[in-house]
Amino acid sequence: MSFEPKIVGFLCNWCSYTGADLAGTSRIDYAPNVRIIRVMCCARIDPTFVLKALRDGADGVLICGCHPGDCHYSEGNYKMMRRYPLLKKLLADFGIQEARVRLEWVSASEGQRFADLVNDMTQRVRELGPSPVRMAQATDMAER
Amino acid sequence: MTRKITIDPITRLEGHGKISIFLDDGGAVEDCYFQIPELRGFEQFVVGRPIEELPRIVTRICGVCPASHHLASAKAVDGCFNNEVAPLAHKLRDMYYNAHYIHSHTAHFYALAAPDFVLGPDADPAVRNILGVVAKVGLEIGGQVIRVRGLAQEIQRIIGGRNTQDIWCMPGGVAKRLKEEELEQIKPWVGELYDFTQFSLQLFRDVVLANPTYVDLILNGPYTLDVQNMGLVDQNNAPNFYDGKIRVVDFEGKEIHKYEAKDYAEYVAEHVEPWSYLKFPYLKKRGWKGFAEGIDSSVYCATPLARLNVADRMATPKAQEAFEAMYGTLGAHPCRALLAQHWARLVEMVQNAETLQRYCDDSEITGEQVRVIPRKITGEGFGVVEAMRGTLTHHYTCDEHGICTSANLIVGTTNNNAPIQMVTKKVAQALIKPGVEPDQGILNMVEMGFRAFDPCYSCATHSLGQMPLEAVIYKGGELRKVIKRNC
Amino acid sequence: MAENKLQIALYWGAACGGCDVAVLDTNEFILDIAAVADIRMWPIATDGKYSDVEAMEDGELDLTIFNGGVRNSENEQIARLLRKKSKMLVAFGACAYMGGIPGLANLTSRDKILDTVYVHNPSIENGGHIVPQPQSRLDGKVLDLPRFYRRVYRLDHVVDVDYYLPGCPPQPGQVKAVILAIVKGELPAKGSVVGASEVALCEDCPRTKGEKKIKRFYRPWEIMADPETCLLEQGILCCGVATRSGCGVRCPNSGIPCRGCYGPLPGVIDQGAKLASAVASIIDSKDPAEIETILEGLPDFTGFAYRYGVASSLLQRSYRQ
Repeated sequence: MSFEPKIVGFLCNWCSYTGADLAGTSRIDYAPNVRIIRVMCCARIDPTFVLKALRDGADGVLICGCHPGDCHYSEGNYKMMRRYPLLKKLLADFGIQEARVRLEWVSASEGQRFADLVNDMTQRVRELGPSPVRMAQATDMAER
Repeated sequence: MTRKITIDPITRLEGHGKISIFLDDGGAVEDCYFQIPELRGFEQFVVGRPIEELPRIVTRICGVCPASHHLASAKAVDGCFNNEVAPLAHKLRDMYYNAHYIHSHTAHFYALAAPDFVLGPDADPAVRNILGVVAKVGLEIGGQVIRVRGLAQEIQRIIGGRNTQDIWCMPGGVAKRLKEEELEQIKPWVGELYDFTQFSLQLFRDVVLANPTYVDLILNGPYTLDVQNMGLVDQNNAPNFYDGKIRVVDFEGKEIHKYEAKDYAEYVAEHVEPWSYLKFPYLKKRGWKGFAEGIDSSVYCATPLARLNVADRMATPKAQEAFEAMYGTLGAHPCRALLAQHWARLVEMVQNAETLQRYCDDSEITGEQVRVIPRKITGEGFGVVEAMRGTLTHHYTCDEHGICTSANLIVGTTNNNAPIQMVTKKVAQALIKPGVEPDQGILNMVEMGFRAFDPCYSCATHSLGQMPLEAVIYKGGELRKVIKRNC
Repeated sequence: MAENKLQIALYWGAACGGCDVAVLDTNEFILDIAAVADIRMWPIATDGKYSDVEAMEDGELDLTIFNGGVRNSENEQIARLLRKKSKMLVAFGACAYMGGIPGLANLTSRDKILDTVYVHNPSIENGGHIVPQPQSRLDGKVLDLPRFYRRVYRLDHVVDVDYYLPGCPPQPGQVKAVILAIVKGELPAKGSVVGASEVALCEDCPRTKGEKKIKRFYRPWEIMADPETCLLEQGILCCGVATRSGCGVRCPNSGIPCRGCYGPLPGVIDQGAKLASAVASIIDSKDPAEIETILEGLPDFTGFAYRYGVASSLLQRSYRQ
């Protein structure tokens, strides 16, 4: 059986969650690998959540918010926009492959875009294989 | 069948170590190994860090002599920035460093070394420590030792903001100036520190020199080595702990080398053995000749005694008097008697106190400009200072953004790895008699060999090692086979 | 061993000795400790050996203060031994609590370090590529060394810890307060962090704080910072925003930015993630390209985020192949 990635998706309530919903109601067939967690705004996403998801076994983490300028709370997505490059630097220095963590802007009307995005990310993470963090949990202590 | 005695861990020093003594069938010492089991990896994990952060990272090589690493690192960083440093910063750093020397030497002499002399090398281990010393010499003296150490630490804190784990040096100088009111606070303490150095020398005379057993142990015991000496000297060949040239002198007093920090790799190389994580520096131009004494030996000591051995004189007058008195008694300059290191430490303290006094009297010391903004990153720097335990070298390179690309460290105690190995074996062979089970007192006397060096093994083993990939098999002293895997 | 005296041990793992110096820096308080306690092991200052500890009954020690991280098999072995023989075990200092600065080794690899240290650094002469071995045989004599672990671990990765005392090293006033609390039996719940504040360094830092809007970050040597104003506000990264107070603010008071040695604030499970949030929140831009440019002023952000706590972060080590 080939490896199927587990991807955690943090979606903001107003744009991206609605966009994902639209993909569903439009009956678009797309990869089922993203486990969605709905938050009110992508600004809610503390970098801790992303690191914890990886630590707890996620092979990838997707963060979605409204397009810049369209945030329901006006500035929330800019906060995430500023946080994201720092998070990427941390992940790079810890050797987490780039494609595993991704930030995308998805509007409420972009059902197809959401589906395409999930397919693309799932394929990239599938190619990378299981998260090295998950693999190391079992062996790090045993093989110290 | 060979019997093995292990002293584990060695105590009253900084860092981890063990001594493995092998006895032959008759009970005589066949061989003895001084093994260092610890490593951490500083030379590699500082790579990628902004070079100006290194002086605050490398202090964690050692919490007993962090100022040594901080200053050596600061000088290496200075080099990476084209050596653009406010001149007053050099003075302040030297002042700060002399204060640090006093509390470090005081701590070593009274807490780590004195128990062997005040209580006796074979005293009950439960009391053979600083608390036992205080109980014996009295609370008044004990309190004075604690007070003086605290004052020297406080002087450091006033000048540099913090004592343990220093923070104060930056590219271009230091982070803050010394204010007039702070100098007024320090001045009376310096007098007290000077008096304490005289008190310590007197204590040494009363407790050690007045005891013929100890004098015999120092001058005639097995704690001697015919190896060379290394130390930093100024233009008058007097010791300078912060800056100067590195001078190497053989045990008969002849100068072998004198070089600048940037040329260190031409003169010193490091040898590796599989039974210790600590490398063995030696004089490169002579080649590694093993653990051998002699006029051609490539083994050298870098210690307070070695510093005074390579010096022609001290840099300050009262220290000079103490220097002459010491060598007068020891009978030779250079002196090969390693236990005299304890005395040399006290002589150095006199120079530290007098130097502090000179800076207190320097009208420029409270000046404003303690830092400049460097204009150029030149990418390589060499910082050599005398750590209390020996010549300390930090050599860094960085890229055009000032990010560290490499670090090479040769640390104080590392210099002494070979002589410590040699004297430990020598003392073990002299004191452990066939047929007589060595008690804890004898084993402690074996430990007294390394203890004179005031070793600092966290310093020495800044670097990280690798695990079982190569087996090196010796028989009869000859290398027979090397089995490698993934090497 | 007197009746009614506390039996204590102080021991170091992969340490630098600074935590032991911090205990000595309590000055005359050391004599007070000696009056109420027998120090059964303290390698820097007393002659207790491993065999003395092995000979003790389980729980014979009332207190062990353990500083330094777990870097090799000896550190782990002695941690387990002391845990068995001790009623209370305190993780003392940043290394025991969080892995400390040696934890930075978790961002690189053992192979790279081997190569640098034993083969390629400028002063090494090692044509035979000899490396230290856990066991060497010379002429039939067996010499052992501890096995070097692949990464640094915290003390509580290997044994159960009762209390954590942060700092690199812990400030002597705090050390004294905690030891007194232990002697008097006045401690909070097991597992607590003691000897430190519950708020961030900023609360105790005397510098003036205004609104922070950063268009450019500076390396500390690039400017002459104003001594009265918050360093972060001037564009110099100070980790105090994400760090517990309790240290006396020694660094910012000397013109030097905090580097996080007292560890994360209560409730925070990853100090570096919090620093990332804090720094992100003060960047004055809405344009991704401009944000990247501003962040170029902060090279090696990871080295700031986890200066003392790589081993304690959620990811704990690098997974680079």
